Amino acid sequence: MTSMNMVQALNSAMDVMLARDTNVLIFGEDVGFFGGVFRVTEGLQQRYGEQRVFDAPIAESGQIAVAIGMGAYGLRPVVECQFADYIYPAFDQLVSEAARLRYRSAGEFNAPITVRAPYGGGIFGGQTHSQSPEGLFTHVCGLKTVIPSNPYDAKGLLISAIEDDDPVLFFEPKRLYAGPFDGHYEKPVETWAKHPAGEVPAGYYAIPLGKAAVARAGEALTILAYGTMVHVALAAAAETGVDAEILDLRSLMPMDIEAITASVEKTGRCLIVHEATRTSGYGAELSALVQERCFYHLEAPILRVTGWDTPYPREFEWEYFPGPLRVAEAIRKIMAG
Amino acid sequence: MKHDSSLRLHIPESRFRPGDVPDFNYLDLPKAGDAKRPAIDAKASQTRDLAYGLVRVIDDQGVPIGPWDPKLDPETLRKGLRYMLQTRVFDDRMFKAQRQGKTPFYMKCTGEEAVSVAQALAINRDDMCFASYRQQGLLVARDWPVFDLMCQIYSNGLDRLKGRQLPVLYSVREAGFFSLSGNLGTQFPQAVGWAMASAYKRDTKIAAAWIGEGASAEGDFHQALTFAAVYHAPVILNLVNNQWAISSSQGVAGGEETTFASRAVGFGFPGIRVDGNDFLAVYAVSRWAAERARSNHGPTLIEHFTYRAAPHSTSDDPSRYRPGDEYQHWPLGDPIIRLKAHLLRIGEWDEARHAALTAELEEQVDTANKKAQKLGVHGGGPYHDPSTMFEDVYKEMPWHLREQQAELAHFKEKKP
Repeated sequence: MTSMNMVQALNSAMDVMLARDTNVLIFGEDVGFFGGVFRVTEGLQQRYGEQRVFDAPIAESGQIAVAIGMGAYGLRPVVECQFADYIYPAFDQLVSEAARLRYRSAGEFNAPITVRAPYGGGIFGGQTHSQSPEGLFTHVCGLKTVIPSNPYDAKGLLISAIEDDDPVLFFEPKRLYAGPFDGHYEKPVETWAKHPAGEVPAGYYAIPLGKAAVARAGEALTILAYGTMVHVALAAAAETGVDAEILDLRSLMPMDIEAITASVEKTGRCLIVHEATRTSGYGAELSALVQERCFYHLEAPILRVTGWDTPYPREFEWEYFPGPLRVAEAIRKIMAG
Repeated sequence: MKHDSSLRLHIPESRFRPGDVPDFNYLDLPKAGDAKRPAIDAKASQTRDLAYGLVRVIDDQGVPIGPWDPKLDPETLRKGLRYMLQTRVFDDRMFKAQRQGKTPFYMKCTGEEAVSVAQALAINRDDMCFASYRQQGLLVARDWPVFDLMCQIYSNGLDRLKGRQLPVLYSVREAGFFSLSGNLGTQFPQAVGWAMASAYKRDTKIAAAWIGEGASAEGDFHQALTFAAVYHAPVILNLVNNQWAISSSQGVAGGEETTFASRAVGFGFPGIRVDGNDFLAVYAVSRWAAERARSNHGPTLIEHFTYRAAPHSTSDDPSRYRPGDEYQHWPLGDPIIRLKAHLLRIGEWDEARHAALTAELEEQVDTANKKAQKLGVHGGGPYHDPSTMFEDVYKEMPWHLREQQAELAHFKEKKP
């Protein structure tokens, strides 16, 4: 075990996979010599050569299209999209092409590609460096969507994503790169050094996609969260003193429905939190599923705490971010219901 | 004096619309044999003339001329003729099948057969083709049975795509034919990725991609050219300029003031404009591009200058937007007639053999069609089991699709 932050853990996952499988290659904007703007590919080109880790033109659609072609040949390309906010030019290639290649060719061709993209707020990035677009992709059949919340999971999930034979969108909570963040922006910045999930094996391990983790076991209320919001939910639960069970979904598609229903059936209460905008968001799907499957176990209405339905406003970062204050209030409301 | 200095918006318009008598004299068509043939490692700047000119080999008398003459043996020429004719016979039969209600949709490539057949013969069978929807000639020229294509067109129980795709959007991995999407242009940059992968693996295979002049306006086209240029991808990028994108003329795609081949020069690699109805010219230019790609000199953009003699699809009536006989006026003729004329000219073909070949191909296509129709046609079945629609969304079926599959089965049981 080595102490790693999330950047190092992701780097280690790619390092392991580059060493294990010559079909793995990495490209994207600034990922080669420079090692990426967030340093996630640092040193990989130096270690594996420029044939395997290289810079790509600023054309996300072209990057994904090229990755699909490589995947069809038999490679396992990992593309870094510099910010999730920049992924939209590639939307057609992801939605119409990568997602459906296996289906439309009846299994003759597939697109075993991984698209890594830093997402979410907390770094004053404004509306083009803060978005959480996961719901746009979980809506698309044929894509998988993964979001880790800590270094240990980040490495194991990224290795699974690279090994997966279907296209995987791997959204990285950029505010968690350097340390856990519970939404208390006024407190000093923490690092992963003291966090148990900052202890990461140096070698290969895989965490299966489609399995949630229990971030906190509890009896009174189920909180469904992923990415940065797992840490916000933990803080809010502690502050309210409510014995919440917090599920870290980790994999949004496929989703661990069994873990969700088992928890809600046990607690009878459900709060859904995500940073993305609310309307037609991933939380709406979670809410519908919980209602359909656990209605007679529910003691209170399901609530959602999410980003507001506005673009991410640069100067009002903390008014926008669904922080522990808002989550705590929703917890109290559900417990009173 | 009043001087009108206000701005004016230019809207490209087709020269001829229904009721007009087409006259293509305005086209500047270089003579056969005029174009120079550079070395395969030519720089973009050395191909400037080729990007604006037109490579033609067979002259009006059926004689091949100039440095691009590929000097093919009669056997290969007859093979080319056979595949082009087979493609046309197959197209005509399937068009009829659509009119008979056996399939909802079909797309012919009449007049454009050389574009796919000649290139198929100029590259290797294991080179991967990322075709658009009018390159069925690739599959025919790779000896893929038309029976198999018919089963896809009829979506019957032997449709290898299990009734999921619109007719003609084939996928035949065994024949080096990549799955057709139906979205225009999206596969052009994917071909570049496939070619890059082949180079990454130190393989010897190259990729070939096709796009229409209309879809070349999509960003995918420009990204394909960027990536191909940046990484010297071993790929042949074919742009089929058949003058029409449904009812929009090639001017609407940006072809009014320049050629499509010239785009490549700006990206830094050769662009060659070729007479797409000249089998020998298409073969020679394809061969040049293939050799260039295979020897690590990178991509080539080939603009196939041709004419879409067929309607866009069976859902289209071109007489509503172009003169009904426009194709008869096309100055570069018909690829089958021209190759036949060349074979006749060199004494390697005669009318009797041509008639016999046509009859043989018609018989062959008819037999395959009868066999395919017996296995089911559109709207009549039998098809694949509808429950298979849930397969192949993912490699392993997730719980929500298993549930939906069960839901469909439940309703199937309820059906009277």
